[in-house]
Amino acid sequence: MTAHYDQQPVLQARGLVKRYGSVTAIDHADLTLYPGEILAVIGDNGAGKSSLIKALSGALVPDEGEILLDGQPVHFNSPMQARELGIETVYQNLAVSPALNIADNLFLGRELRKPGILGSVFRMLDKKAMEERAQAKMKELGLMTIQNISQAVESLSGGQRQGVAVARSALFGSKVVIMDEPTAALGVKESRRVLNLIKEVRDRGLPIILISHNMPHVFEVADRIHIHRLGKCAATITPESHTMSEAVAIMTGAMEVDDSSAAA
Amino acid sequence: MSSANPKPSAPVLDHDKVADQAGSGSYVANFESKDSALTRFQKFLHKYPVAAPTIVLVFAIIGFSLLVGDRFLHPFNLSLVLQQVTIIGVIGVAQTLIILTAGIDLSVGAIMVLASVVMGRMAIDHGLDAGFALLIGISVGALAGLINGTLITRFKLPPFIATLGSWNVFFALNLWYSKSETIRSQDIANNAPLLQWLGETISFFGARLTYGSLLMLALFFLIWYALNWTAWGRHVYATGDDPAAAKLAGIRTDRILLSVYVLAGVVCAIGAWVLIGRIGSVSPQAGYTTNLDSITAVVIGGCSLFGGRGSIYGTLIGALVVGVFRNGLALAGVDVLWQEFTVGILIIVAVGVDQWIRKGTA
Repeated sequence: MTAHYDQQPVLQARGLVKRYGSVTAIDHADLTLYPGEILAVIGDNGAGKSSLIKALSGALVPDEGEILLDGQPVHFNSPMQARELGIETVYQNLAVSPALNIADNLFLGRELRKPGILGSVFRMLDKKAMEERAQAKMKELGLMTIQNISQAVESLSGGQRQGVAVARSALFGSKVVIMDEPTAALGVKESRRVLNLIKEVRDRGLPIILISHNMPHVFEVADRIHIHRLGKCAATITPESHTMSEAVAIMTGAMEVDDSSAAA
Repeated sequence: MSSANPKPSAPVLDHDKVADQAGSGSYVANFESKDSALTRFQKFLHKYPVAAPTIVLVFAIIGFSLLVGDRFLHPFNLSLVLQQVTIIGVIGVAQTLIILTAGIDLSVGAIMVLASVVMGRMAIDHGLDAGFALLIGISVGALAGLINGTLITRFKLPPFIATLGSWNVFFALNLWYSKSETIRSQDIANNAPLLQWLGETISFFGARLTYGSLLMLALFFLIWYALNWTAWGRHVYATGDDPAAAKLAGIRTDRILLSVYVLAGVVCAIGAWVLIGRIGSVSPQAGYTTNLDSITAVVIGGCSLFGGRGSIYGTLIGALVVGVFRNGLALAGVDVLWQEFTVGILIIVAVGVDQWIRKGTA
């Protein structure tokens, strides 16, 4: 599936600003995400990518600027509000509950209740429906090396845990999935699986914002690469238009880019 | 453990094996050479945290019935054990909820005594209807829990310190309000028999069950249901397990914590009603050891003090283990001090086992 750059962007940030005292974490940053693409966001430590991503996922309220979802201005005060609008985030630190099982984790905070009086009065969980839907989603994403949907997440490897987190975002994300360093905590083999999983999610129609430090990963999966520097977008390139070392040069300021919209 | 896994790839295989223990049996054999019997036992305990206290309970019952004979296994004696653990069981329910959130509540005993004094004085000194006095007592329990919960969620005090403080405050309020006087059993029986109702017994096959014991079992069932079959219960576990992950999943962990402390307060006040039934009178000095006894029951029952792990019926078994040991040792004519000694050893072993289980599967 190819991205649709002629269409209206799914998610757009315009002139976002966030200051912490005298420090400006986001300095009039722009970001555009088109349907069906993987947009990588790279930048040196302290460039403000985390703050930008937090603003997009609702974890941080920007001081200035606007965020457009499908062309409509939106405003989030919490990650929950962003999620309700279909923006799911996968966090770097494997944000899953180790003692709970896979199905419980997928539906954590959004549990399904049984129909009828059992659900409405006795608040009874529909464990069967949750397990079935979890099973179906894991299967769809090719994660069925995990045999038992009711096994505790702590018995899974790091890559499998990240798989659970990605499956959760794919299960509920209807517009955008944001992935913050999804391979940072993983080994080589497991990173590979997660990268394939990311492509799988994109191919199923969900655009993805991928934050990563890992240039080979970025150049492998990204359709476009947003380079963040000093709190704003320094350039947007593609893996075809620039090399990895050029990307690093832009990121560190060793190379200037005149036309930041060259790639799209 | 690690010596049994010579290959670096072994940890990846381990979870396949765990998954398989639940599923097909043929696969397990392939991995038997990788896991020693000890490691498998460790994983079994990790998967079923109630297994350890259950094994201890079964062995204790067998042991004491061999040691002291039929007297121990007589239905009357067994029902006596149940009566003896009723209060610790009820307060253990409250303590379990809190320990599941990685907290601890040192004030549970004080809340119980304060609520019992309020119930007693409302009914006897102020002449209120006994049912109404019960409701006021339960409200006091809820309020006490709300205070603890607010200190912990709003003011971010560590639960240990917050409840250490409130323990003293509640206990002082209890002495003040009761004027350090006991309300006599006779007065309660004449004016507010409802307060003593939970002490009444029903007999069958020589066993004598109190309504209080039945209420305790009902409470265990109710909280078991809430913890395992409602979203709230999942959120309690998630909050105790990893609060940061729970928050990222959209759970309002502060609300969950607050609800847990308030519910624990209500359960403690129900414990106050059970206490009046058990001892007949209302004494500001009663149940002073309940705090630590409830923690003992929870810990022996396999709940992790680090939160998120354990089950409510583990606490019932934990309380029964303590009750069986005390009763059996008493029947065997062993001095009370050795009962305390044994309970102490049980606590240390239980926490040691918990650490060992956690270490093996990190």
